[in-house]
Amino acid sequence: MRHLLSAAELGAEEATSLLDTADTLKRTLLGREVRKLPTLRGRTVLTMFYESSTRTRVSFEIAGKWMSADVINVSSSGSSTSKGESLRDTALTLSAAGADCVIVRHPASGAAHRLSGWLDETGTQVVNAGDGMHEHPTQALLDAATLRERLGGLDGRRIAIVGDLLHSRVARSNVHLLRTLGAEVVLVAPPTLVPMGARQWGAEVTGDLDAELPGLDAVMMLRVQAERMDGAFFPSAREYSLSYGMNEARLARLPEHAVVLHPGPMLRGMEIASRVADSPSAAVAEQVRNGVHVRMAVLYHLLAGEEVTA
Amino acid sequence: MASRQQAGAADSARQRELLSPGDVARTIARIAHQIIEKTAPESSANRVILLGIPTRGAPLAHRLGARIADFSGVSVPTGVLDTTLYRDDLRQQPNRPLEPSSVPAQGVDDALVVLVDDVLFSGRTIRSALDALRDQGRPRAVQLAVLVDRGHRELPIRADYVGKNVPTSRTEDVAVRLNEIDGHDGVVLRRSEEEER
Repeated sequence: MRHLLSAAELGAEEATSLLDTADTLKRTLLGREVRKLPTLRGRTVLTMFYESSTRTRVSFEIAGKWMSADVINVSSSGSSTSKGESLRDTALTLSAAGADCVIVRHPASGAAHRLSGWLDETGTQVVNAGDGMHEHPTQALLDAATLRERLGGLDGRRIAIVGDLLHSRVARSNVHLLRTLGAEVVLVAPPTLVPMGARQWGAEVTGDLDAELPGLDAVMMLRVQAERMDGAFFPSAREYSLSYGMNEARLARLPEHAVVLHPGPMLRGMEIASRVADSPSAAVAEQVRNGVHVRMAVLYHLLAGEEVTA
Repeated sequence: MASRQQAGAADSARQRELLSPGDVARTIARIAHQIIEKTAPESSANRVILLGIPTRGAPLAHRLGARIADFSGVSVPTGVLDTTLYRDDLRQQPNRPLEPSSVPAQGVDDALVVLVDDVLFSGRTIRSALDALRDQGRPRAVQLAVLVDRGHRELPIRADYVGKNVPTSRTEDVAVRLNEIDGHDGVVLRRSEEEER
């Protein structure tokens, strides 16, 4: 693997191998007092976050540190970006300073892809940690890891992704990866929050959450991304919550084994009720825990083996 | 079909059998006796654990454990210790898949751990196994059992139990085949493919 830019470019074999590695790493570290492996000793990993993030940045940092890589965090405020340096120059600077891998989150869709083009000849590898409304591949991997664990496998499972699809990179990455791994995906959202072309992703699209509930193995709730909304997409928060929120009544209509996922941060009372988020059906904390192992697996696949000449 | 037969004939021309299936069984039995003699696993003060190094060390450890139980009546816990994450040559090779490790529930603290591998060569795998073991706990002592010692050590490491010492050239390859993985038992010496090319 040269870079990890999107879930769409992952084949079934590569994705499964990443998930297997994550699973082995998880079991390797389970119950250990010292959670540190020497595998990436001497490798330098830089995180460049141009958007706020808690779990993704922390998760990558922990993943790198547990593998003994040196992890350095760069944020856009407080770096030369605030003086007007371009993304390209910042990236080339960080690469010249010795980064083996750059993990980037950026508000512009396609930023990680552009970056990988600029950095290709330097040998620095790029991981997309979320680019605008495009993709967030490690989130899709950690969701798949969690579902695989809870459901025993993804082949033939029916999974709904519910909510703000329009602004969601998580939804897009998940549709690609879940379908690659053999699951059926149904997208549920009010028509105003369905992106153009969503019907070409290979998933069903519907506006009726209640009709879908009894046939689902998992429901993935998305956060309503108010910061990306420049217009009125639904009449009110209350109305949204009534039609698309996961509440106790809806939880009761799901099959017993069904899992409720949320990529976080959660807006309790909006897309997910507090009682649901804290119920045994919800796997929110497991998602975060698996996130570390999945990112360790990604760093292992990118950085541990022999250097791949592009 | 003809070409496959030719390939088969060429195969046997450039490889020599070191251990037959019967030899493998007898060698494992002998090592089991030696481990019993040297570690006295029947005394409760001497907790012995066998840890196999994947791929073929794992079934070997399992078989050794079964033989030790047959001969001494004591069941010795066995496990698997994957060393991939501790190797010093990760950067020189394409990415290696990880094998799950499984260490007996009582842990390795204060136990006598016998590492089990198929071939002892440079000693680098054993070095990484010692590092991996350190992260599992603090054994009372660590010993090493191998089916074949082929020489060419690059580190100050030696085996406590050796099935067969085989002087080899670096251009040769020692291939251990075990029923659990390959469908048959045996050890052959062959010229490595790199030299062929």
